[in-house]
Amino acid sequence: MSDPERELRVSKIRDGTVIDHITGGQALNVLAILGIDGDEGVGVSIGMNVPSDKLGTKDVVKVEDRELSQGEVDVLSLLAPEATVNIVREFEVVDKKRVERPARVVGLLTCPNHNCITNADEPVESAFGVVDDGVRCEFCGEIVREDIGDHLAVH
Amino acid sequence: MRHDHLLSAGQLTREDIEAVLDRAAELDADPGAVGDRYADTLLALCFFEPSTRTKMSFDTAMKRLGGDTVDMGTVESSSVKKGESLADTVRVIEGYADGIVLRHPSEGAAKLASQFVDVPVVNAGDGAGQHPSQTLLDLYTMRERAGLDDLTVGIMGDLKYGRTVHSLASALTNFDARMHFVSPESLRLPRGVQFDLHDAGARLREHTDLDEVLGELDVLYVTRIQRERFPDENEYQKVAGQYQIDAATLEAAKDDLTVMHPLPRVDEIAPDVDTTEYAAYFAQAHNGVPVRMALLDGLLDGNGAGDDAAGDGGAR
Repeated sequence: MSDPERELRVSKIRDGTVIDHITGGQALNVLAILGIDGDEGVGVSIGMNVPSDKLGTKDVVKVEDRELSQGEVDVLSLLAPEATVNIVREFEVVDKKRVERPARVVGLLTCPNHNCITNADEPVESAFGVVDDGVRCEFCGEIVREDIGDHLAVH
Repeated sequence: MRHDHLLSAGQLTREDIEAVLDRAAELDADPGAVGDRYADTLLALCFFEPSTRTKMSFDTAMKRLGGDTVDMGTVESSSVKKGESLADTVRVIEGYADGIVLRHPSEGAAKLASQFVDVPVVNAGDGAGQHPSQTLLDLYTMRERAGLDDLTVGIMGDLKYGRTVHSLASALTNFDARMHFVSPESLRLPRGVQFDLHDAGARLREHTDLDEVLGELDVLYVTRIQRERFPDENEYQKVAGQYQIDAATLEAAKDDLTVMHPLPRVDEIAPDVDTTEYAAYFAQAHNGVPVRMALLDGLLDGNGAGDDAAGDGGAR
């Protein structure tokens, strides 16, 4: 007997990307950091706080008909360091991408320092260097360690 | 020193610092040593915040080098008042001058400016961020009075918003210095500055009471507790008195202690210290001119008639 609820959670996609083992509660931020807001017309499935042997709870995002680049995968590491990324073609996983922390992220985050020049009306993108346990504004030096998802510029 | 811009003290190596200080000493002894290399050189002074010492000493330094300055004037009298972006302002001024000295209330402003112009940008204070040219004159004064190695330096006051403190602490990591930071809990060093100091392997300790460390210090660098930063006047009153020094306070200090202050002071150093051997803060301010002469000599291409027989270089 199939469990309809479980089937809904894990149903396979034909083509696209499955991002698994996302830190619980971060799925929407992952979509934001990838610039996916639903307007693209691609199918997006989200599972939030589903049981996980490895993480306790996790989020899962499936994006149909879109394969993430390595660069996009890399920025995921800021929000979901444990994430696994599977590229799917014709229902088969054809590639598993490793999540690696990038050296810097540009234009993705806003600086929490309200007095930082990047928060003024100037023609520059924010730029953050990735440090051991967070990111650091390249303009004012502000360090963000917790709740990086709260500072997504794409929100 | 070979940098395109001076944006933060963190970009300065010990070699850079010593080169500027050595050159400053030469120019201090012989201000005419640069000849007329800067006769056609213009420096733009862009001060988006009030300034006396920094602005006037850059102005004086450029003129002592034989060049000249153009001054943006106050924000109220400039196009900034009309809503012009900093990026646009500096791009326009780049066409007038060979270098830009920028003071701005926002952290990171000088870095932003440097991304839009090809002429050298000197950060003359960006909000609570950095003030690296002040640091060079601080180090020049320190070297004259106490040397720069095997030093125990106390830095006291507003360490959170004090940009001179952030730059000085960063620069001191190039030397064999033990740093003691004295402040109220609410005005401790910011996380980013602490990160850099630890990353550089600095030897530092934090205190809330000067008495804990005064007797060990070779240099005491005092900054103003900025009353306007406190949301509650009562909170300010709780800490203000602890961070004032006078001649009696310094009886517990070493005889050869050097007391410094970037100025302006309000009440954190009593006037009775001024006439003691400890006081170095007015000499420190005066050192701004030779140090900024040396800094400009390193950043600007002196291409006036003295070096350029064709006479086609210089100011635009």
